[in-house]
Amino acid sequence: MENQNIEQEVMLTKEDFASDQVVKWCPGCGDHAILKAVQDIFPKLGKKKEDIVVVSGIGCSSRFPYYMNTYGFHSIHGRAAAAATGVKLANPNLSVWMITGDGDCTAIGGNHFIHACRRNIDINLILFNNRIYGMTKGQFSPCTFRGTKTKTSPQGTYEDPFNPGELAIGAKATFFARGVDINPKELSEIFWESYKHDGIAVTEVLQNCMIFSNGVHENITGKDVRDDMQVKCVHGQPLIFGKNRDKGIRLNGNQLEVVTIGENGITEKDILVHDKTTEDTGIHMMLAHMMPPHFPVAIGVIRDVKAPTFNDSLDQVIENEKANSKIKCMDDLLNSGSTWTID
Amino acid sequence: MTAKSKVVALEHVVIRFSGDSGDGMQLTGNLFSDSTAFAGNDFATFPDYPAEIRPPQGTVAGVSGFQVHFGHKPVHTTGDLCDVLVAMNPASIKANMRWLRPGTIIIFDSDSVTEKALEKAGYDDDPTVDGTLADYQVVKAPISELTKEALKDFGMDNKSMLKSKNMFALGIVMYLFNRELDTVYAYFETKFKGKDQVIKANRTVLDAGYHYADTWELFTNTYRVEAADLDKGKYRNITGNTAAAWGLMAASEKSGRPLFLGSYPITPATDILAELTKYKNLNVKAYQAEDEIAGIMSSIGAAYTGCMAVTTTSGPGLSLKSEAMGLAVMTELPLVIIDVQRGGPSTGLPTKMEQSDLMQALYGRNGDAPLVVIAARSSAGCFYTAYEAARIAMEHMTPVIMLSDGSLGNGSEVFRIPKMADLPSITPPLAKADDPNYMPYRRDEKWLRREWAIPGTPGLRHRVGGLEKENGKGNLSTNPENHQIMTELREEKINRVANDIPLQEIYGDKNADLLVVSWGGTFGTVRTAVEGLMEEGKSIAHAHFDYIMPLPRNTEEVLQGHKKIVVCEINRGQFAKYLRMNFPEYKCEQFNKVMGLPFTIGELEAKFNDLLK
Repeated sequence: MENQNIEQEVMLTKEDFASDQVVKWCPGCGDHAILKAVQDIFPKLGKKKEDIVVVSGIGCSSRFPYYMNTYGFHSIHGRAAAAATGVKLANPNLSVWMITGDGDCTAIGGNHFIHACRRNIDINLILFNNRIYGMTKGQFSPCTFRGTKTKTSPQGTYEDPFNPGELAIGAKATFFARGVDINPKELSEIFWESYKHDGIAVTEVLQNCMIFSNGVHENITGKDVRDDMQVKCVHGQPLIFGKNRDKGIRLNGNQLEVVTIGENGITEKDILVHDKTTEDTGIHMMLAHMMPPHFPVAIGVIRDVKAPTFNDSLDQVIENEKANSKIKCMDDLLNSGSTWTID
Repeated sequence: MTAKSKVVALEHVVIRFSGDSGDGMQLTGNLFSDSTAFAGNDFATFPDYPAEIRPPQGTVAGVSGFQVHFGHKPVHTTGDLCDVLVAMNPASIKANMRWLRPGTIIIFDSDSVTEKALEKAGYDDDPTVDGTLADYQVVKAPISELTKEALKDFGMDNKSMLKSKNMFALGIVMYLFNRELDTVYAYFETKFKGKDQVIKANRTVLDAGYHYADTWELFTNTYRVEAADLDKGKYRNITGNTAAAWGLMAASEKSGRPLFLGSYPITPATDILAELTKYKNLNVKAYQAEDEIAGIMSSIGAAYTGCMAVTTTSGPGLSLKSEAMGLAVMTELPLVIIDVQRGGPSTGLPTKMEQSDLMQALYGRNGDAPLVVIAARSSAGCFYTAYEAARIAMEHMTPVIMLSDGSLGNGSEVFRIPKMADLPSITPPLAKADDPNYMPYRRDEKWLRREWAIPGTPGLRHRVGGLEKENGKGNLSTNPENHQIMTELREEKINRVANDIPLQEIYGDKNADLLVVSWGGTFGTVRTAVEGLMEEGKSIAHAHFDYIMPLPRNTEEVLQGHKKIVVCEINRGQFAKYLRMNFPEYKCEQFNKVMGLPFTIGELEAKFNDLLK
């Protein structure tokens, strides 16, 4: 729906979307790059400035709305998805962007997150995943790897983390993408895809916290390893990666595996071609699941399928009911049904 | 028809229809209510059904009741002790012993007495013969057998025939109160349209009950309650929860702000959500969220986006919404929160009424987080209380809690249908598009409210949230002086609502010896008890508070000049404590009850008489 509203009188620039507030994230924080990527793509959406709302929860990432010159709502811990749902239902013409972190979204806000996914409400959800609670100064989150020592796990955690992609797809999200903070250009492209998608669009950004989980994504984003540890998901293209573009993901039976092109008779034809639109969640789930050291991490739009959005469905029911009901206003309703008169 | 027995005129009557959950008592009660409306009486009804969906048949736990209180004079309550009890099985007698008074007429299906039925009800012997019911007028009628007899030519099976026995009982009651059967016939015609055989069968059983009562001279007297002296106008019967839903819709239409409800099912508030989901034709967006918190948070999101936003709940849900209510206080957005109170703490008594969420409503948030609290006094009154809650929320840019309770919500009353044009206007302070001087926390001098700047409006982009903001500009601020100013402003803003609400009324002599104070759903019983004592010439007056935070600005004057003040409430004294805190110089005595039941008029009168000694 929101794509139809392209009538910008003045071309907007990145600066139009930067607020006058001083950005108070730590120097070097991955959040800066994500902010830049968002400010970069907003002028290109074709949406009026006043028709964009940024909603957030609590945590470092959730300060985001204050740095955007749009309508913004900084809600409470974990509840951004619920607030964003209210904003979108109240006015479906608005482009709603929700900013959250791994703690905000998958711990205290887990229930709202899965239900926003299930309902397919048309919001763009950006999940900053630094695998730690930053703002409260370094406690483990539901995305912290087993064994990590933090303020509240001095002996290392003894629980396994969520993978936000698996959680989102398992909860019926119609769009899931993943990006890394050090590649804002790629992030902008993902956000554009997210914007174009009708329905919930979840983007997980692997984001580095300089202070409490510095280097947590280094095995994926490090200069030396990134080509071998990231596979770009491009719709219709084979999942090929590696410094020498000689590695690929192959579907072997019912499992994915990493193969080398040219070895053991493997050719490009054996490599799995990415189809983001397949309704079945199986392969998308497997792609989202891939993790070092045995697999590269899938980057880009992993899943992008069509389904009725919650907001459109509600509006449709309202239109039908309006058209088919004899009761047009409160006076009609008050006087309807069983009444009697006393003269 | 044969000559009737002597007709006695009565001022008001309470009838309770009671039977097993499957006996159709709710329908029977509703049909009797319809005929009561037709007879021009004032009336109120209350359904009393078990919390369980299919409780064990024939047991006390499975008894379902429907009470109708009707009168020639204004009826303020759904009634307590009953004049007539229709009991379809032994368990129905057992379950209602508390509600009988000496002389109550018990119309009993004598066919229901079996060894098994007595055992299930917990009786060793038949209570109608062993003296248990000696104080009452027991009218035994073989209702089941006579129903089958009436339907013997219809070719129906036993089970289907017995389904109509409630109509036989209704026929008896209609005779007892000299009612015309037309309204019931009309119901059959509409309900079973096209099924002539079903219409005929129901009519046959209803008539059979009516004639049986007549022919067998079941009663020495029959009764008539003359039409009440109600104001001219059009009326309907409405439950408190429906009235609340309609009041919200009326406020939405009046203000021009679309209605958004974010809610989650919880007894006894669910019916407001269910009711509002029906009116998509009137553009109502009623959203059933994944939990209580999502209910209020989606509403806050919708309030930010310019909707007249509401969330509805009961006590446990209000607890869950606490943090979000603080957010609504901080962001100074209009929001209506309806709490249909039930017995607490924790899960408590989900289907029973209580007034014990008052302190939670007033103070149940972190920080100094004042908001407006108002209470509904009657089922039909829920319409106006919900409307007023929405008006205050939108005109003063604040969350407002409306307290109702399970008895008000489920009970129904005669409701004089208002005209939309006659309802007060609602004008929210909308910010003007492209206002170059717009600031999120700019306030007007009179009310200290900020403006409502709605996303989608050009030139008003701004950010709000739970963090403290600089007064005026609305930027994040941790400045100590600013927090002091903002905290005081939020408080003063709520205090000034007192200038926008009516003065507190006092019913009776303003210098009466005893001032009776109440609030919320106890209005009807307390007022009736006070009226009774006034008629006896006692020096008594009544102040019923609809506005609790802020209190009406003449509250102190109302408390002045009495020998005694007694605060009556269905909790352990929460409003009494609140009054003492605000007016420490006045001694407030308490009268409290926490049994999940409303006060009875008798116990109130006894207490007042005691205090007047």
